Amino acid sequence: MPNKKRPLSPHLQVYRLGFQMVLSGLHRIAGMALGLGTLIMVWWAMALASGAEAYAVFEGVMVHPLGRLVLFGFTFSLIYHGLNGIRHLVWDTGRGFEKEAVKASGLLVVALTVLLTVAVWVFAYMQAGKI
Amino acid sequence: MRTPLGIVKGLGPAREGTHHWWVQRATSAALFPLTVWFITSIATLVGSDYQAIVIWVKNPLTTVLLVLFVGFVFYHLRIGVQVILDDYANSRKAKLTGLFLNDAFCLIFGLLTIFSILRIFLGS
Repeated sequence: MPNKKRPLSPHLQVYRLGFQMVLSGLHRIAGMALGLGTLIMVWWAMALASGAEAYAVFEGVMVHPLGRLVLFGFTFSLIYHGLNGIRHLVWDTGRGFEKEAVKASGLLVVALTVLLTVAVWVFAYMQAGKI
Repeated sequence: MRTPLGIVKGLGPAREGTHHWWVQRATSAALFPLTVWFITSIATLVGSDYQAIVIWVKNPLTTVLLVLFVGFVFYHLRIGVQVILDDYANSRKAKLTGLFLNDAFCLIFGLLTIFSILRIFLGS
């Protein structure tokens, strides 16, 4: 009889946490967060279709500091998942698997994510005339 | 001797062979440019009033790109979550419940969003 309780996939408990493991885990966590975050997009579209009053409620929640924090996390997750996704697509072609290449592309993705997330927010604040 | 089809058929925790793997990559490739467009557009719209955003959505190009974006997002999400369930749901009951909820979530919210966008597009 097979043991039904056996773990199916990465035996997280037996490996020492490394840089690439964190990035790989973060890809999935960001993906799941974005999955939940789609609800913001759903609400946005529904509120916009319902009229100015419904939209004002949506806007009120999003401009609240907590709303902004969630949107900032959403932006970060989206940019990270997108850039790291490119890394995965490159790996799918069989390239970039050398230890040094994996580390370099990982660092590049993290640096670009931080840079682009901040850039998007600075740009958005400039659009709103707040800067 | 097994044929490639025989090897693929019924293998993997999803019992679907390589189809999902391929669709995951295809939707990724489609989503990358759409996401760049989406982030840039939304960031540009910050500070705009309700009317300006409605006018933006009503532009036929925006409507088409938004519908494509939302469609690909929910399809990509559905198979992404399915892979996570394949990896971690270690009872058949947990997996089937998860798959059902995942399908329901993506279908309902995907359709709601697309319906809303089309409602704005068709609205006066």
